[in-house]
Amino acid sequence: MNRSVLIWRAASFLVAAGFVALWQMIANLRLVSPVFLPGPDRAWASLVRGFSGGDLWSKLLGTLEHMAYGWLVASIAGIALGAAIGSSRTMRSYVAPSLEFLRPLPVSAIIPVAIAMFGLTQGMALFVIAFGAIWPMLLATIHGFAAVEPRLYEVARSLHMSRLAVIFKIALPSASPDILSGMRLSLTVALILSVVCEILAGLDGLGHWILLSARSFRSADLFAGVILLGVIGYLTALAMSMVERRLLKWRPGDR
Amino acid sequence: MIPERAKAFLLPVAVLVLLEIWARAIHLQSDSLAPPSAVAIALVEAFKDGSVLTATRDTLISAFAGLAIGGAVGLAFGIALGIFRIFDRLMEVTIESIRPIPSIALLPIALIALGFGYRMEIVIVAFACVWPILILSRAAIGGIEPRLIEVSRALRLSPADRVRKIIIPAALPRIFLAFRLAAGIALIVAVTVEIAINPIGLGAAIMTAQQALRPDLMLAYLLWIGVIGYLLNTGLVVAQRHLFGRAALVREAT
Repeated sequence: MNRSVLIWRAASFLVAAGFVALWQMIANLRLVSPVFLPGPDRAWASLVRGFSGGDLWSKLLGTLEHMAYGWLVASIAGIALGAAIGSSRTMRSYVAPSLEFLRPLPVSAIIPVAIAMFGLTQGMALFVIAFGAIWPMLLATIHGFAAVEPRLYEVARSLHMSRLAVIFKIALPSASPDILSGMRLSLTVALILSVVCEILAGLDGLGHWILLSARSFRSADLFAGVILLGVIGYLTALAMSMVERRLLKWRPGDR
Repeated sequence: MIPERAKAFLLPVAVLVLLEIWARAIHLQSDSLAPPSAVAIALVEAFKDGSVLTATRDTLISAFAGLAIGGAVGLAFGIALGIFRIFDRLMEVTIESIRPIPSIALLPIALIALGFGYRMEIVIVAFACVWPILILSRAAIGGIEPRLIEVSRALRLSPADRVRKIIIPAALPRIFLAFRLAAGIALIVAVTVEIAINPIGLGAAIMTAQQALRPDLMLAYLLWIGVIGYLLNTGLVVAQRHLFGRAALVREAT
């Protein structure tokens, strides 16, 4: 059983390698102008050059930094606000409908407003990323708090637990699967908005780097940047799902 | 006791009234905020001269064209991967290595290859829409009751008939859910591309209003984009309920 999984995995890697080879062939035969499509060899060379020269490291760190700060601010604010709204029925019936109306708003539309308020600065990027990334967590927390088994609240009442104790001992653990999946969703949002903010405001990061590469027709650098962004997306999602599995181990029958 | 429905409107109305009073009290002069009455006037004016309608048309054309192309590609691959398990296993690494690329990262590539305009926006929207539809339709087909497949085998349906008569109807509620999610993504990506770089549509209009230091017009566009997002989502939810009834709602919970 385990062996067949390995064989399939290997075959799957081979297919992926085949696609890379096809890409190389298309580039070598110049079916597409090399201005638009560098071969994988040139993209790889550009990655190696960028990392050994040190330039790419700072861009990579810049993007990760924007993403992490915005996401952390959004996580803390989202869970705190969500807990405040979700733990009281009155708050829920007054605030939740407004939030439901705001949810389908394309969050990038807030960017011009943020630029008007903060200018083209790091603060603008932080505000936009945090504002965009807060929604999945806020709504997941409210939903998780509303869906807590009512008997647990009855238990809390008979134990005379304070509201804070109820939140930390009952509601948060019971809502944690919802909250964690909200946090995973907002990671993707944070990455996309980081790139957009870097493109718009010229902040140091991969978004700015790929735009500059495109403007000067350095397609190898451009593809290197895009590949790196894909790697960031992949690794952050992987790390998040590992954390999720670890934290939710106590749940019986989960996964 | 205040009725439930009224409670929903209380907060936004209170915020708007307070904002209006505050803006008038201090004679607001700002590049980023405007009193709600000025925003409403700007929105009405933008409707009168037709600029809102043109921008909305441009954005929706790009979003829906991208959704149609990306959705078709995603659906074709999703069905193929769902039916032929071998194909699914062989493509796994390829798909998982392309999927995490944030759609907006393709913007510079699309820009140098296609230039400004509808085409580059449609390509990026299509790329973003492929994935949710591919993943969810693949899962929808994997989740079909195995007995239905057995029945189709017993009836000796041809592969094409099996897809048309058994697989698609059985997976349709979940495929529609995927389509609804993708429609939201399409609108978001279209507006984002316009804000970042492409000089057409609502995103470009709101950026222009900001650069012209017209906070009233900027907030009017923001409001309008919110309304469009809300209408699109609500319309699709209603359609989903209407078309599939309880089947759609039960499956959404899983």
